[in-house]
Amino acid sequence: METSGASTGEADLAAAARSGPAPASERTAPGEGATLRVSIWRGRGEGAFVAYDVPRLASQTVLDVVTWVQRHREPSLAYRFACRVGMCGSCAMTVNGVARWTCRTHVAEVARDDRVEIAPLANLPRVKDLVTDMREFFDKWARAHGRFTGDRTRRDDFARVDPGSTARRAADAGIECIGCAVCYASCDVVTWRPDYLGPAALNRAWTLVNDERDTAQGARLRAVAGDAGCHSCHSLGSCTERCPKHIAPTGAIAGLKRLTARAAARGKL
Amino acid sequence: MGDVAREAKRWYWQRISAMVLALCVLVHLATIVYAVRSGLSAEALLARTRGSVAFAAFYTVFVAACAVHVPIGLAHVGEEWLGLARRTANGLAHAFAVLLAILGMTAVYAMVAA
Repeated sequence: METSGASTGEADLAAAARSGPAPASERTAPGEGATLRVSIWRGRGEGAFVAYDVPRLASQTVLDVVTWVQRHREPSLAYRFACRVGMCGSCAMTVNGVARWTCRTHVAEVARDDRVEIAPLANLPRVKDLVTDMREFFDKWARAHGRFTGDRTRRDDFARVDPGSTARRAADAGIECIGCAVCYASCDVVTWRPDYLGPAALNRAWTLVNDERDTAQGARLRAVAGDAGCHSCHSLGSCTERCPKHIAPTGAIAGLKRLTARAAARGKL
Repeated sequence: MGDVAREAKRWYWQRISAMVLALCVLVHLATIVYAVRSGLSAEALLARTRGSVAFAAFYTVFVAACAVHVPIGLAHVGEEWLGLARRTANGLAHAFAVLLAILGMTAVYAMVAA
């Protein structure tokens, strides 16, 4: 569960963080010797925040900060990351009380008075330090029938899907989910009702509902229409507000509500 | 009807009743503003509402929409915030629906026919 990855120096970390366009506030390098006071959650189950002073660097990301602490202060600090470029969805943490993808979150965006608090994602069991147990999150994708079910074989021709069709555009809007669980950690309904499938699983189901090649639509609608399914959503919108990929699970869930209600009214649920 | 279909229909009814309520509340507020322009007294109100089929029909719809919409929401609140079992929450919600309907229709009857 400990972190892995190639060893890099501070200069390399800063260089890696410069891979994306930085906001204007980032372009000015922090003063020489400037430090950031970082509080990081330590512990398995029970725990507490531990404070560290971390050198401020230009275009520094929150993931850079956690990596610096692990490499220079706390070799046993557990956290997850892989790609560092916002593709893999493994580095999400709670930064100053808000779930974020840390590899693409600049310190300058979130630091308040040169302080940052970093905790594991909410709504997921804590394993150690910043690492959460993601099993329930992904099990819910399976429970929402989040897998494609088709009827073609390799001997059949390609399906021809009109890219401009309403269904295809609806699927496109939600397909870029990276499974980071920021939406799941931000959802108050998941907090209140732990069996709720959550925004990511329902968004995935919505993309498949709009996949005209899929042959398991009835089973999928039944899977998402239950007690812990789309009807539990109160449209609070935290998932949509915080999704780093700018996906709108709230809209996807509203679509599932409409479809399931229509199916129920027709006796097809 | 299975649990899944019941849940979907419950959402459907709450959505439909919300649409009805949105309209009813607007008409209700406009009626209040209009009715109090010449002063508010029980006699003046009853003189206008007694025997009014339109008033009875409108507020019967209003009461019905409340009796459908409110208990569904309360059942959710009971389950999520109070941790009630689904059966208990539904039972209490049904009881509240009956109470709302009785109280509301009693008021409509009093304004129109009593």
